[in-house]
Amino acid sequence: MTTRRRTGIIFFPAFDWSISATHPEREERLLYTQDQVFEEGLFDFDNIIEYNPGIASLSDINRVHFCVPDCDSIMTESHRISAGGAITAAEKVMDGSVDNAFALVRPPGHHAMRFVYGTRGFCTVNVEAVMVEHIRRRYGHRRVAIVDTDCHHGDGTQDIYWHDPDTLYISLHQDGRTLYPGTGFIGEFGGPNALGTTINIPLPPHTSDEGFLYVCDNLILPVIDEFQPDLIVNSAGQDNHFTDPLTSMNFSAQGYAALTSRLSPHIAVLEGGYSIESALPYVNLGIILALAGLDYSNVTEPAFDPREIRQSDNVTERIKRDVATVYHLWKTRHQQRDEFIENTPTVTRRKNIFYDTDHITEKQVETVFLCDECGGLVTVSSATSHHPPVFAVIIPGRSCPSCRRRGEEIFHQTTTDDFHAVYIQDREHDVFCVKEK
Amino acid sequence: MILGIDVGGTHTDAVLINGATVVKTAKVPTDLSNLFNSFLRVTDTILSENEQRHLDRIVLSTTISTNAVIQGKTDPVGMIISSGPGCAVSSLSLPENTVFVSGSIDHRGQEIEPIDCREINAANRHFSAHDIRHLGIVGKFSTRNPTHEYVIGDALQAGYDHISLGHRMSGNLNFPRRIATTYLNAAMWRLYNSFVDNVRTFAQHRSITAPIYILKADGGTFEIGQSARYPVGTILSGPAASIMGIMALSPITRDAVALDIGGTTTDIAIFAKGVPLLEPRGVTIEGHKTLIRGLRTTSIGIGGDSILSYVDGTVVVGPERAGPAAAFGGPSPTPTDAMIVLGYSTTGDRRAAATSLATLDPSGRTSPSAIAEQAFATVIKAISETVSTMIATINNEPVYTVHDLLTGEKISPEAVYIVGGPACEIAPHIEKALALPCLVPRNAEVANAVGAALARTTAELTLRADTEKRTLTVVEEGVQTPITKRFTRDIGVDICRDKLRERALKMGSSHEDIQIELTEDQTFTMVRDGYVAGKNIRLKAQIKPGLIAQAEETVTA
Repeated sequence: MTTRRRTGIIFFPAFDWSISATHPEREERLLYTQDQVFEEGLFDFDNIIEYNPGIASLSDINRVHFCVPDCDSIMTESHRISAGGAITAAEKVMDGSVDNAFALVRPPGHHAMRFVYGTRGFCTVNVEAVMVEHIRRRYGHRRVAIVDTDCHHGDGTQDIYWHDPDTLYISLHQDGRTLYPGTGFIGEFGGPNALGTTINIPLPPHTSDEGFLYVCDNLILPVIDEFQPDLIVNSAGQDNHFTDPLTSMNFSAQGYAALTSRLSPHIAVLEGGYSIESALPYVNLGIILALAGLDYSNVTEPAFDPREIRQSDNVTERIKRDVATVYHLWKTRHQQRDEFIENTPTVTRRKNIFYDTDHITEKQVETVFLCDECGGLVTVSSATSHHPPVFAVIIPGRSCPSCRRRGEEIFHQTTTDDFHAVYIQDREHDVFCVKEK
Repeated sequence: MILGIDVGGTHTDAVLINGATVVKTAKVPTDLSNLFNSFLRVTDTILSENEQRHLDRIVLSTTISTNAVIQGKTDPVGMIISSGPGCAVSSLSLPENTVFVSGSIDHRGQEIEPIDCREINAANRHFSAHDIRHLGIVGKFSTRNPTHEYVIGDALQAGYDHISLGHRMSGNLNFPRRIATTYLNAAMWRLYNSFVDNVRTFAQHRSITAPIYILKADGGTFEIGQSARYPVGTILSGPAASIMGIMALSPITRDAVALDIGGTTTDIAIFAKGVPLLEPRGVTIEGHKTLIRGLRTTSIGIGGDSILSYVDGTVVVGPERAGPAAAFGGPSPTPTDAMIVLGYSTTGDRRAAATSLATLDPSGRTSPSAIAEQAFATVIKAISETVSTMIATINNEPVYTVHDLLTGEKISPEAVYIVGGPACEIAPHIEKALALPCLVPRNAEVANAVGAALARTTAELTLRADTEKRTLTVVEEGVQTPITKRFTRDIGVDICRDKLRERALKMGSSHEDIQIELTEDQTFTMVRDGYVAGKNIRLKAQIKPGLIAQAEETVTA
């Protein structure tokens, strides 16, 4: 027996915004979800409350991203409303108006990384990260678990929280060898100061309810239980659905509702999901009912046939094996860190990032300073096929004095002789500065 | 000449209006056990033979359907519900004698599962065994495709006095509200129709040939014959009458607040640029959330005759009423007594008012005037806070486009119009509390009857075109017709206007009162496998609540 909860819904279908007329991320995307939600009379339920989204401010965006050349030339108002919707959802939970909330907003955000030159995988602003950092700024530091159930690996959220030991990012997604963005393998396990707080579980194509719920029960819930987050956020992408046109999974509305019920997130945020007629109306309804603690047993898609979408024994076996492997990695994360670190003061990653939507290629060199006290100072130099090099210094939230001092020094010493722009993002003091040529 | 009649809870008022002038008024006590009787008596009182010959129309605002619901004088209804997938049916509030049947339609109006005739036959046997004469048939998404409701209705037509079909109640989506609305329509059908028969018989006897209209919850009217098929449209017409009355008695063109301060309650309505706002999803009556378009009113349990009580040293107002004020021989102290003691009003027995107020504090340490001051302050505070909350709620109403979110117009009232017993006494204090000019229209005592008399016919029409499925649905009419792939939004708008005009004329509107506005105008490109598959066009048009053309001038006595 589930308990009834007060659930806030920020429903913002942005009926006048699209990437392009026939793009999956178009005006029509949440039309049938709206029809279903309205016809079911959900907003008449006394424990379901609808709110308008807020609009994320420039400082909300700059707390997370480096928009190059600047925020206004990269993002439309629609992006800020999408992030603002997530912020509203979080605020309603934080101020006690509701027990949990669902930001049914678009466009999605989990492919948007720290640096934003344009749109990747339909995403421009990392909606969840902007929300999480807004909460931390307004309500004080919180340990946050983000569980990303979108079918695509959330490489943007991973990038932003790679070095943050206070943010647990767990992504389950279709195996990167078979789907965009081609990342999210088991070995991607977090930066040296935050080893284990990034967790990836690539799932084989045709994974069905059974597989998703197995991962939830045997990996996600135990890890969350040990991490002890103050808040659980669900990046609720809906493209694992068996009718999704872009992916190859066999998840159902019943499965999504059951997963939501078990995970019991404080805040859910819509990510992808492009089976707009056959899946979204039902999956969204299932998620809302599960959040509100209401009976979702009658939420079935017209095409639902559990026998038809059952996963094979091979899939089951592989998932069990992978879950065991990842859980072992998690359990041994502290030993691994000792081996990882050796005697170097810094660890450097070189990354090539492709913006599929906007056809931009970015090259990044990211350096983190090893630190036992905080998430560690991070510097990034970045350049693209379209833009000269820029440099950024990121002082983490709850930074230690030495990382802070070093970060400020590096920012002062780095001049615009070498870079087109030099940024500093001080999460702790909520400062964002840029020196430009 | 127009005869406007308001059958209210206590009094039945009538006004005779010639042009923009109230030429005669009449008032009789309402006979709650026989509302028709009240109508008859007030008409006899006000209407002379000569005036009757010049009558252009009669408009009636009656509480008959509202009372039927409140007093439970409705008939049992056999409900047939085809729910399909979605929320659990246990979440629905359903009357006795509800039968669930298979069959489902999805959000685009596609049949997912057909109706099973054997289940309909079984339902029929159940209803016959329980002597049920009235049915309501409702399907989820029946406004997208009414076929299942028709199939069930056709199968059962022969055996029942009346069948209400869900999709006829409103073009809007909301399955639980559709169920409640359909149920109420069927449940009050017999009672309401006997009232209509009585009115018509009376008109015949008196040789009244002028058309007779009934006021609806949205402040619009419809011809009495139309109302007989759709009695649920007449619920909660009382507050609508008073708001339309305020409109007729004072020229409202701005954002404004209207207050109707009665004996037991204060009703609050909001105007946007002179047009009264409607409930976004439908009105609620006795816990039944319906799809009935109605004026947006908030009612609080504070009126001139509300009982005052004293709890922990604080005066509490209402929500009950025990009778008139103590100053008029009533049993308990009331806000009216407080106003008399404070000298805001000079009517009634001031000493009785003071004595009654003094009893509130058993210790006897608080003076009657101190209690009166507290009571009056509480009334003003409650009313002004409710107004502020209501405006905040309206201004935060959800929107679904970037454009509306960024540029949506907000209500910012510039005046407050007050009617009701203590309107004059309260106005200066509300003016201070809300920092808005407060106006008390003249002739406010007959506002309801004037409002009914001068309200225009309202109507709404919803049109859905799906060029992929090549179907056009005129939702409220339950009609689906084929269209070509080349159908456009502009063609849709023309059809929508024509159909609404037709509908309004059928409901009794005159040509000059048909001012159509689009309230929904959305066109979505539907894409399949990366290619444009068609257009999903969604249009809704309305004739908004307002006054008939001849009432352009402010009504005077």
